[in-house]
Amino acid sequence: MDLKQILDISYELGAVLVMLLIFLSLVRALKGPTAPDRVTAISIIGTKTVVIITLIAWIYDQKYFLDIAMVYALMSFITTVGVAKYLEKGAID
Amino acid sequence: MLVGTVGLLRLPDVYNRLHATTKCDTLGAGLVLLSLAVQSTASVAVRLALIIIFIIVTNPTAAHVIARAAYNTGIKPELGRRNTSD
Repeated sequence: MDLKQILDISYELGAVLVMLLIFLSLVRALKGPTAPDRVTAISIIGTKTVVIITLIAWIYDQKYFLDIAMVYALMSFITTVGVAKYLEKGAID
Repeated sequence: MLVGTVGLLRLPDVYNRLHATTKCDTLGAGLVLLSLAVQSTASVAVRLALIIIFIIVTNPTAAHVIARAAYNTGIKPELGRRNTSD
C-alpha cells in the first residue's frame, strides 16, 4: 500500500467523520428550544459542508470543486446573517 | 470539531452553545483546509487560503450576529451555578 492509497483512505475517513458530525448537529437543529439554537446549528452545518466539499474535491481529484466550496461559504454566511436579522427585527431591511 | 459538536448537543444555553461551537468549528475547518493546502500546487493553495481567510472572518461575525439577535429578542443567559440534577 503506497502513500497515495493511504491518503485516499484518510480523505474518505475524514469526510465520513464530518458527515457524522453534521448529523449530530442536525439533532440540535431539530430539537433546539429556541430559534437562535437552530440558526447556530445551521451555521455550523454550513461550515462543515465546506470542509466536506473540499475533501470530495480531493477524493475525485476535481479541483474546481473548490470554487463551489467558496460560493457555499459565502451563501451560508449570508443566510445566517439574514435569518438573524429577521429574528431580531421581524423583517429584513 | 467533534468537541464543538458535543458542546452543541450538551450545553444548556444558546450562548454556551455559540461559545463552544464557533471557536472549535472555525479552527477545525481552517486546519483541515490548511493540511490540504500544504500538499497541493500553488493555484489550488491560493484558493484554499481564500476559503480559510473567508471562514476565519465570517464565522465569528455570524456568531456575533446570532448572539445579538438572541439577546435582543429577550433570551436571558443562564446565570449562577448549573443545576446538578440535570
